[in-house]
Amino acid sequence: MNSAQPTVIKLSGITTRFGQNVVHRNLELSVVQGEILCIVGGSGSGKTTLLREMLGLDHPTAGRIEVLGKALSELGSEELIALRRHSGVLFQRGALFSALTVAENVALPLRELRTFDEALIRETALLRLEMVGLSRADGSKMPAELSGGMIKRVALARALALEPRIVFLDEPTAGLDPESSETFVELIRELHRELQLSVVMVTHDLDTLVALSDRIAVLADQRVIVAAPIQQVVELAHPFIQTYFLTGRGRRALSALNSPTAGIANC
Amino acid sequence: MATDREKAFILLICIQILPWNNHVSTRAEDSTSGNPADLQVASLPDGAQAVALTGDWSTLGLMQRVRRFNRELLSFAARPRICWDLSRLDKLDHTGALLLWHAWGRNFPERLVILAALREYFARLPSGSPNAAEPSQPRRRLAQLIVRLGHGVLGWLEQLRQVVQLIGRLLLDVIDLARHPRRWPSREISAGVYRAGAQALGILALVGFLIGVVLSYLSGDQLRRFGAEMYVVNLLGLACVRELGPLLAAILVAGRSGSSITAQLGVMRLNEELDALTTIGVPYTQRLILAKVIALALSQPLVGLWTSAIALLGGMVAAHLSLGVGYYYFLDAVPKVVPIANYWIGLGKGVVFGVIIALVACHFGLRVKPNTESLGAGTTSSVVVAISSVLVADAIFAVLFSHVGM
Repeated sequence: MNSAQPTVIKLSGITTRFGQNVVHRNLELSVVQGEILCIVGGSGSGKTTLLREMLGLDHPTAGRIEVLGKALSELGSEELIALRRHSGVLFQRGALFSALTVAENVALPLRELRTFDEALIRETALLRLEMVGLSRADGSKMPAELSGGMIKRVALARALALEPRIVFLDEPTAGLDPESSETFVELIRELHRELQLSVVMVTHDLDTLVALSDRIAVLADQRVIVAAPIQQVVELAHPFIQTYFLTGRGRRALSALNSPTAGIANC
Repeated sequence: MATDREKAFILLICIQILPWNNHVSTRAEDSTSGNPADLQVASLPDGAQAVALTGDWSTLGLMQRVRRFNRELLSFAARPRICWDLSRLDKLDHTGALLLWHAWGRNFPERLVILAALREYFARLPSGSPNAAEPSQPRRRLAQLIVRLGHGVLGWLEQLRQVVQLIGRLLLDVIDLARHPRRWPSREISAGVYRAGAQALGILALVGFLIGVVLSYLSGDQLRRFGAEMYVVNLLGLACVRELGPLLAAILVAGRSGSSITAQLGVMRLNEELDALTTIGVPYTQRLILAKVIALALSQPLVGLWTSAIALLGGMVAAHLSLGVGYYYFLDAVPKVVPIANYWIGLGKGVVFGVIIALVACHFGLRVKPNTESLGAGTTSSVVVAISSVLVADAIFAVLFSHVGM
């Protein structure tokens, strides 16, 4: 990875406390432009909280979060809206608007800019559906008619609606069968290359982790203990890493790293 | 003859040395993007014009001025032998590409200077004439109207069938429970009585008291003109015990508990909780629906009675203040002028109204489709239909018992 690339997200001194429970203590993390950064950690280690803080949905008790060079806590509501247009989010269960059709879901971010005309909005939405591997006919379906894999694809199309610079993925392959999860990973990889996205991802799935991430940030002991390519991460002697990566399932996923057919792109 | 590639190269050279005029200028409103989107025009040596696109032609870069750009692009596209220069763009995305594509009539223009990397944005766009497969608008409006009417009637009949089916199901459940009394859902019933009955007492007391006061003042004023103030007791007693108490209670409970039952059943259905209950071996019609129907049938006459009593209390206070009717006289006269049959009619109405509210609420709860809009619409219909049905039932009561207890 090219270290000369600028940082798109920078977290410094993040402390998060829910009552007596300290989730993050003085946490540091940065995301470099164009990389796929994956956040891993045990249950309750605050991965999703961290993601929500980067999105500005939750606020840390202390610390500074900069997205595209702007500190979230210092922005007014208008500036925050403008900044959010540069990022897209794929929520864990899709969070599609159930009262709208698939095409309307994907068109919503563009329509909300209130400047583009209807024909262009509709055409763009259908184009996005094709980009994520759905057909134009799927556009008129309702979210309730879709399978789990299709919901993820539509949600991804909506996240990419404004061709953002940063995409946040919360458990992108959770709830998918192995085959659709593999094709979905492939799709994310393709779109990442085509649209030059920076991706921040939270996942439990080791196969997804190995296949996609340029760097892995491991959340343990209320901070990021390491943020590095996977080969360096597994060498670290920390109990969480030892159990997470080097027990049976982890070993199997990692062995894919060494085989030539496996697709870890450019670490 | 020069090849196409050579022509394009010559064009590119020409374009680089042309004196460009700023055609449209834009402010950068969004500091995170680069240079603002812009159009520049120049004349080519052969007399034709060239348009160069510069700056950020992505979705967010175009946002501020897209209508104006669209107009400009269309007017340029209409000119003959116009040359498009896309080699100086800072940024393009699919939305920007689509905007150009529409202006060009869904094909590459004849004279175009573009970098190969940018061509990829046009690769996914459909070429050729637009809307080829657009379905034609059906013209027969009368036929459509009849079809819609038919659909409406059939839908209504279908709902009626479902309600009858639900009632039949509940009857079977009652028979089943009579055989297996241990399965009787007594906890659910008592919870229902508490929620739909006990928790509604406060609001019912408030509404009942105020209605009693209003009724007493209004009728007292009229009665005074005939010197018949004492008859306020007859009027209030009959109206409250027979009509107002049960009806007010039913309307409020339909809004309060009917909507919550519909929403609860709807969400449980969406969440597959009903299926989960069935697989565990708990028939949800017994545990949820029958329990709610019985709970409301038990609680509704009681809250109706409570509302009647509080409304009479309000009427009594107002009658004392405005007409000088004594409390003792009022309390003494009520049982004498209001036959006991009215009390039983009031209680009977309560039972029927309670069953109606619970049945309607459960019916709409089970019809909720898996989307948020349907949940909202189902809850609204539940309340509206429950209140209307209660009023219809009340009218039937009025006709059937017109000679009883008057």
